[in-house]
Amino acid sequence: MSPTDTIIRVRGLTREYRMASETIQALAGVDLEIAKNEYVAIMGPSGSGKSTMMNVIGCLDTPTAGEYWLNGVEVSRMTDDELAQVRNREIGFVFQTFNLLPRASAMHNVELPLIYAGTRAADRRERAGRALERVGLGDRMHHKPNELSGGQRQRVAIARALVNDPSILLADEPTGNLDSTTSEEIMAVFADLHRQGQTVIMVTHEADIAAHAHRVVTLRDGCVFSDMLGQAA
Amino acid sequence: MPLFEAVRLALQTIWTNKMKTAFSVIGVFIGVTFLIAVVSIVEGMNNYMVDRFAGTLLGINTFHLRRFPNFQTGEVTPEMWRSWVRRPRIRYEDADAVEAAITVPHIAAWESTARAELEYRGRIARDIEVTAATERYFEIKDLPIEAGRPFSAQEVKAGAPVLVIGWELGERLFEGRDPLGREVKIRGIPYRVIGVVEKQGNLFGISLDKFAITTAHAPAKRFVNPPGVVDALIVKTGSQEELDVAITQAEAAMRTRRQLRPAEENSFAIETADAVLDFWAKINRVLMMALPGLVSISLVVGGIVIMNIMLMAVSERTREIGIRKSLGARRRDILSQFLVESSTISAVGASIGVGVGLAAAAIVNATTPLPAAVAPWSIAVGVGLGAGVGIIAGIYPASRAARLDPIASMRQET
Repeated sequence: MSPTDTIIRVRGLTREYRMASETIQALAGVDLEIAKNEYVAIMGPSGSGKSTMMNVIGCLDTPTAGEYWLNGVEVSRMTDDELAQVRNREIGFVFQTFNLLPRASAMHNVELPLIYAGTRAADRRERAGRALERVGLGDRMHHKPNELSGGQRQRVAIARALVNDPSILLADEPTGNLDSTTSEEIMAVFADLHRQGQTVIMVTHEADIAAHAHRVVTLRDGCVFSDMLGQAA
Repeated sequence: MPLFEAVRLALQTIWTNKMKTAFSVIGVFIGVTFLIAVVSIVEGMNNYMVDRFAGTLLGINTFHLRRFPNFQTGEVTPEMWRSWVRRPRIRYEDADAVEAAITVPHIAAWESTARAELEYRGRIARDIEVTAATERYFEIKDLPIEAGRPFSAQEVKAGAPVLVIGWELGERLFEGRDPLGREVKIRGIPYRVIGVVEKQGNLFGISLDKFAITTAHAPAKRFVNPPGVVDALIVKTGSQEELDVAITQAEAAMRTRRQLRPAEENSFAIETADAVLDFWAKINRVLMMALPGLVSISLVVGGIVIMNIMLMAVSERTREIGIRKSLGARRRDILSQFLVESSTISAVGASIGVGVGLAAAAIVNATTPLPAAVAPWSIAVGVGLGAGVGIIAGIYPASRAARLDPIASMRQET
């Protein structure tokens, strides 16, 4: 694996939370490298540190200690606003609860990252439209989230995550709120995106969902417990 | 996020929260309405006082020599009033002496006024202002003759029973027929109408076109004043400087005639438009000084209301803020989103205030004799203040929103 292919490089990543008198170590020195076009699932029981891992990788949180290089840039010491720009350009989030703006149309939801990237309105609409078509929602662009099914909402979220051509698609329990049929559909979308060259990182506690990934990293007590290539690879 | 985008978003949010917005803008709305309406009315009064009142009733570069002021500005105590009515009247000889004493170029006229009934073939016009004047009166008072002619110096000297009448009086007495040459009776004595003055309009709802002017020595002088007395000598000069000189000379001449010692006050009044305008300026100043206080109270209240509404909005929309931040919104994006929202709310309130203020001014104008002229600056100030209040009221809530942690905000249940 050549260094240019590495998208994420994490060294000794530590994240501590101070609660009243005691200090809780959510991440205790994680080392991890993820290359371009990998499809990785991060697994672990609750309290294993996988949510913290996801927040740090997603640049929503900064580590207490350790290094985090994203696409060759050290992001572990950045300010809030710098991180916001990194999130805008490099990361596409897909959340368990979709996290769409309820009063905005699918189109407007997908446009949001482009608004913060400063893209011109006409350009924005065109790109958002294309992203929605890519996830099969070309005919639902002007629907509001409450007029869409759970699977469709998650597709809108995926379109929003993709619209800025991010380095990584970061999904946090993407099927947690969906029934099994719809979950399979969403997994099929992920597989498809991966085939098209997208790097996908997925945090989940469900083994059958993690089985869709090509590599499964398991965390336990804030450390990497196992890191293995899955049967899908 | 570009400003246009932010304003659009703000308007969208306002539209979805119509009721909340309506309540939150009341303070700003009242403040701005008040500002526009009061300024319009004061401004209108101002124009009126300067252009019409002072100009029409007193004249520019003009003074009136009278026993006591016709327009009492300020408080007149009973003692003052008693001393005024004890003053000697202005006599023909006084008027002649004063005119002779003035060396700057000027024109002068006598004026004596009383109210009387005019009768034409059984039709009676009651309570008409009848003025006995000399021939330059029309020139001094700026009363252009629309039909017929003014009376001449010879007619004044001879005491000719001729009348120049106001437009409305003519309409009333003659019902549309040509007034010229018709005979009108005042207290049983016939007068011939020789001229009609152009329409003058009205002042505070009182018509300025219901008057009759006759010659100073006409039979009417017997009921307008005791023998040998005039109400006023009116002197008009070409400039303010000449007027000042003329006033000094007139005052000196009168004091000499009345044999007043230096310590004694004038036993007569010299009245100019300035005195009335000064008085008006004083009222105007008081109003304009009270106005900012009243307006700012309602704006401060309005600002506090908007601040509370925005704090509520921030906590209601914590999740939205978290989502936006996760998608790349920086602090300043969130800050400006909420600032634009609060100032848009406030500007909407201010705009409604401007509209209602303008409507109030128009209604006052249409239904009362009070004139109201909208001052363009008051609209600008109103909207500016409104938006300013919104920005100031929005700073605290917006900075709270901007500082929210994206992870914690997204975890919040809605």
